[in-house]
Amino acid sequence: MRFLLCLIAVLGLTFPTAAKQVETISIVFVSQKVEHPPVLSNLIEPPDDLGVQGALLALQDNNTTGRFLKQKFTLDTITLAEDANVQQTIDQLVTKGHNLFVLDLPSVSLQTILKQTKHQNVLFFNSRAPDNALRQQACDIRLLHTIPSRAMLTDALAQYLVKKRWKDWFLIQGPHNVDQKFATSLKASARKYGAKIVAEKIWNGGRDAYRSAQAEIPLLTQGEDYDILMVADELGDFGEYMIYRTFDPRPVAGTQGLFPTAWYWTQEQWGALQLQNRFKKQTKRPMTARDYAAWAAVRTIGEAATRTNSKNFDTLNRFVRSQQFELAGFKGRKLSYRPWNGQLRQPVALSAAHSLVTQAPIEGFLHRYSELDTLGFDQPESKCKEFIK
Amino acid sequence: MKRLILATLLGSTFIVSDLWASTAFISNEKDNTVSVLDLDQMKVTRTFKVGKRPRGIILSKDNKRLYICTSNDDTVEIYDSAQETKIGELPSGADPEQFALHPDDRKLYIANEDDALTTVVDVQTSQVLAQIDVGVEPEGMAVSHNGKIAITTSETTNMVHWIDTQNHELFDNTLVDQRPRYAVFEQDDSLLWVSSEIGGTVSVIDVKDRQIVKKINFAIKGIHKDRVQPVGMRLSHDGKYAYIALGPANHVAVVNRKTYEVEKYILVGRRVWHLEFSPDEKLLLTTNGVSGDVTLIDTQNLKAVKSIKVGRYPWGIAVKP
Repeated sequence: MRFLLCLIAVLGLTFPTAAKQVETISIVFVSQKVEHPPVLSNLIEPPDDLGVQGALLALQDNNTTGRFLKQKFTLDTITLAEDANVQQTIDQLVTKGHNLFVLDLPSVSLQTILKQTKHQNVLFFNSRAPDNALRQQACDIRLLHTIPSRAMLTDALAQYLVKKRWKDWFLIQGPHNVDQKFATSLKASARKYGAKIVAEKIWNGGRDAYRSAQAEIPLLTQGEDYDILMVADELGDFGEYMIYRTFDPRPVAGTQGLFPTAWYWTQEQWGALQLQNRFKKQTKRPMTARDYAAWAAVRTIGEAATRTNSKNFDTLNRFVRSQQFELAGFKGRKLSYRPWNGQLRQPVALSAAHSLVTQAPIEGFLHRYSELDTLGFDQPESKCKEFIK
Repeated sequence: MKRLILATLLGSTFIVSDLWASTAFISNEKDNTVSVLDLDQMKVTRTFKVGKRPRGIILSKDNKRLYICTSNDDTVEIYDSAQETKIGELPSGADPEQFALHPDDRKLYIANEDDALTTVVDVQTSQVLAQIDVGVEPEGMAVSHNGKIAITTSETTNMVHWIDTQNHELFDNTLVDQRPRYAVFEQDDSLLWVSSEIGGTVSVIDVKDRQIVKKINFAIKGIHKDRVQPVGMRLSHDGKYAYIALGPANHVAVVNRKTYEVEKYILVGRRVWHLEFSPDEKLLLTTNGVSGDVTLIDTQNLKAVKSIKVGRYPWGIAVKP
């Protein structure tokens, strides 16, 4: 009898996958359409499949790997209307047994879910909302962020400009709520890295930049002494029109001109070209930051399942947050989640429309543990209490 | 005194050695050219045009044919290594990057990075013998010296895939650290060395049971560990050292193969990529992508001797005796 048991044990060890049934790991991708106010520069039509395409590519990556370990990944994709009840949708999905969610949702919907969902055994990935508050006061233990926070983006830009010694900033802010959030984050980054806002103006949206930029912008920017014009225009209303139209010859950065992003088609180093090519082959369009964040979320789940050889929710959830977790994300550094607020540590690209300028963290900005933590909220400044418990 | 003579001897060999009368071919990824480096004169004597985005580069066993993966042309080009003229093309599958030639001098194993495939081509008949499903972004390729096993490493799946060269089927997969880039067998085929670029480690795997027996870590003073990214490797025939290119750390690690300890880090050009020995193994050549040059390392003193400018983004090296 003992002999028989030994034999089984040996067989089990030698052919670990032979006896194993195919395990299915199901992920839900929830997106929501948001109607933006009309912008003046409407030359570029945003694709309507942002985010989901990144998740689908990662699903393929996971399944190619999964073949070797008898793991199968599925992705249910749901697109909600702007006025849909997101909470109800999530509740129904959890009741059906889902617990792994990639949320391509605007900040408001995300916060509604966090406030109203009572279920604890769920893992949400925020692949769209850059709001700093979600990483600080409004953080939630169930929520990880694959999209960089605004703080990470503006810190990245600040590092580069400070290194260039372009430290005097002239800030022009758009009229929308998100513009204000970006501007606030820029100001915090300026303080953090020693740049100065020497002038500040609001673009009130009443002007038609396309027709009157030539006349308006020199007037708006005249009479100030500054190194670089910083624009806070997240919706892409007027920022592009600042370029080449300032009174003095000055470069433009912020949401346009030289802009920070998690992903852009100009990234090709560290194997990025392979990811760009695979994405383009699948979608016939370039990969954006929202696609990348959704890709990273689905790949995170895949990587955890591969390394733990498990589909168990607790095992996966624990592994993703552990020090053993690392994700190769085509950015030249291994990516992992900050244990104090659930943000994915990652380099940030600084790009112009057609060329990559550099990638932050910029050399010289040092950190005790990881230079990646010079971007965004570091542990000592964390206001996220949920994660410390 | 003895040391002085030795030093003089060494010094003179760098100038007039006929031991090193050999040629290195270097693929320049962003120039679509191959630089021809005369190891005797230690300079680039010629540059010739090849297809788009040349990366993997190897010689046939008789050194007469030069094979080049021209990734963006989706082919493997064949050149006469003496005339430096193109004599043919092989079907390679999409986006070939690295490849390895079977000891039979016929079967060429090619990684198709975009398609998660390994393609096997007969170089004499240009027939595709097999296409094998592997993990996402296959990259590193190797064939054992006894010809029984072919290896593909997949960068996003993070596995070493073991292929039986008889039936061209996978017989095992070994999970390694992030982004495995390169694989090389020990001379006696007992161990396989695999570098993980983003993991920052080299795994030494027992070929018998495909289990990792040793994981090598690196630490260079003044360089953050995230920048230490092992890529190309070479194992010396005397069994003493493994040389490992560390990418943006700009160093080559010299690892003792008995103790697996790193004995030395040699500073070379920027973003060191792949390595190749001179025929007598007295020199080790490195391609440095960002600085666009090739560094020659004297393997007896473990010192960089000279860096030579080549094209933009030099990728691979093949050395003809």
